[in-house]
Amino acid sequence: MIEIDGLTKSYGRRIVVDGVSLTIPRGGLTGIIGPNGAGKSTLLGLASRLLAADRGTVTVDGLDVARASGELLARRLSVLKQENRVAARLTVRDLVAFGRYPHSRGRLSSSEWAHVEKALAFLDLQPISGSFLDELSGGQRQRAYVAMVLSQDTDYMLFDEPLSSLDIRHAVSMMHLLRNASRSFGKAVVVVLHDINIAANFADRIIGMKDGRVAFHGDTADVMTGAFLSSIYDIPIRVHRLEGQYVTTYALPGGPEGGAGEDPVLVAGD
Amino acid sequence: MASQMQARTLRSTIGGLTAGLLVLGALAAASLFIGVADLTPARLADPATREAAMSTLMDSRLPRTMALLLSGSCLAIAGVIMQMLTRNRFVEPTTAGTTEAAGFGMLVMLLLFPGAPVVIKSLVAAGFACAGTAVFLRLLRAVPPGAPLLVPLTGIMFGGIVGSVTAFIAHRYGLMQSLGAWRNGDFSVVISGRYELLWLTLVLSVAAYLAADRFTIAGLGGDMSRNLGLDYGKTMAVGLVIVSLVSALVVTTVGSIPFLGLVVPNLVSLAAGDNLRRTLPWMAISGAAVVLVCDMVGRLIVAPYEIPAGTVFGVLGSAVFLYLLLGRSTRAA
Ligand SMILES: Nc1ncnc2c1ncn2[C@@H]1O[C@H](COP(=O)(O)OP(=O)(O)O)[C@@H](O)[C@H]1O
Ligand SMILES: [Mg+2]
Repeated sequence: MIEIDGLTKSYGRRIVVDGVSLTIPRGGLTGIIGPNGAGKSTLLGLASRLLAADRGTVTVDGLDVARASGELLARRLSVLKQENRVAARLTVRDLVAFGRYPHSRGRLSSSEWAHVEKALAFLDLQPISGSFLDELSGGQRQRAYVAMVLSQDTDYMLFDEPLSSLDIRHAVSMMHLLRNASRSFGKAVVVVLHDINIAANFADRIIGMKDGRVAFHGDTADVMTGAFLSSIYDIPIRVHRLEGQYVTTYALPGGPEGGAGEDPVLVAGD
Repeated sequence: MASQMQARTLRSTIGGLTAGLLVLGALAAASLFIGVADLTPARLADPATREAAMSTLMDSRLPRTMALLLSGSCLAIAGVIMQMLTRNRFVEPTTAGTTEAAGFGMLVMLLLFPGAPVVIKSLVAAGFACAGTAVFLRLLRAVPPGAPLLVPLTGIMFGGIVGSVTAFIAHRYGLMQSLGAWRNGDFSVVISGRYELLWLTLVLSVAAYLAADRFTIAGLGGDMSRNLGLDYGKTMAVGLVIVSLVSALVVTTVGSIPFLGLVVPNLVSLAAGDNLRRTLPWMAISGAAVVLVCDMVGRLIVAPYEIPAGTVFGVLGSAVFLYLLLGRSTRAA
């Protein structure tokens, strides 16, 4: 369980994360959504000890992330930032193998390599496993970073917008993969998501953020409503079910209800 | 399947390294038998000339060749460590103020404690090199990301300032000659008894190899390093100390070889990537080979006079440096 208590972070006089308290259980995928600048990345950075909080605590299975040894924590919790500027010229396989570093400290046994190969296969990277990172497209590189975090194989995995620069096929398959990891292996997977449709269809729980605070938090079915979404994004949003999937529509600039068309079944609360 | 592949890469790695070492050995052997005094394998074998030949070999040729091997390899390693730690392709001891700061430290020792043993002088110079590099790293925080070329420019400017101050003081106290010696790698001065300190660089190179994974991970950036549980600050500090000691030891014994730590790592990285565990041996072999060749060229083209290896490399290195600058600046970040 990740327990966040009274977490606060400011830059200058601007409070970016404002007294956030949350509990994130294991088993299941937690999506974090919210407008640009809501503080999602900062919250994730604080939770994964990449940033230092001004106030408040984060514990992972009782371990205070601000004080725990980096080595120990790296075997329990992993994080992938939104932007990664890797200058080192590594092959995809080498990068993914470094995900095992917290466990192996560089001495990779064959069972360690099995983790690496599995992560490569999961992300469809085997055909390019020998290519250098600086020779890949943005989306391929992104998949390699995610594979590295998967091979780290921690109970808690945090991803900040891992779908950016992925095409729809790879985005959907990555979300499937992350959800399976969380459900079948009892991991806690926390993903900041840009696309509310993806969040609605893959997350078991959703945290909605606005202005550094948690606006709502709950099971997807309970919080995926027009009222909640409209309140954080400040435009009218409606939530529909279509062929078993959540579909959101939003007001188009031309008219107040423009673009919604003939509504499929509306979800309660809208 | 994975382990099979591992075994295969391991075999080809060992094969490649053996070939590299053989080439290096041949170069080193050639280097032993080039020079003004007549030294040939035949004279070594002939009982009549053996004694004189042996003394040439042991007092001057062997020390010179060893000094070339040691300094070439450790400078390349120091260069790639700096490139990983700063995540910039164009940083090495002479583009970060490290070498100049070491020279300044030597000058301070010459002025204040001229009688101190060379080891002490080198250690003090290493302390100065460390401080100078730390200042450079501090300056880097002001360099906007996405302007990779500003980084070495900042370092070269900073080194220029330290170098000018050093030159000014040296001029006032009539020590310009010593200064010249540190600035230009010259192996003709190497004789038995005057270079042994360089063996310490071998210890440093081995230490760098043992920490190779850490430096590679540091090259992934601070956040990825912390995610993998690496003590980023400590890795930076260890790297800084290794680089400073290497620079100081080389500067005080044979003089600096500008851009060696930049050209060799860039070429190796282009060919084999940046997984230092795999590439550091290649850095060492290539660095040593390049310096050996430059020294031999310098001895052969104007025989019986000599052009210092540092100067020969300066000509070659600048050309490759410019090529790399134009070709790689877009990708290096
Ligand atoms: N290092 C920083 N210095 C100053 N302001 C920052 C810094 N990082 C983030 N911010 C500010 O904090 C706010 C929240 O940023 P972030 O957590 O990245 O938002 P999100 O990920 O939700 O888009 C933004 O207004 C951003 O400008
Ligand atoms: Mg963000």
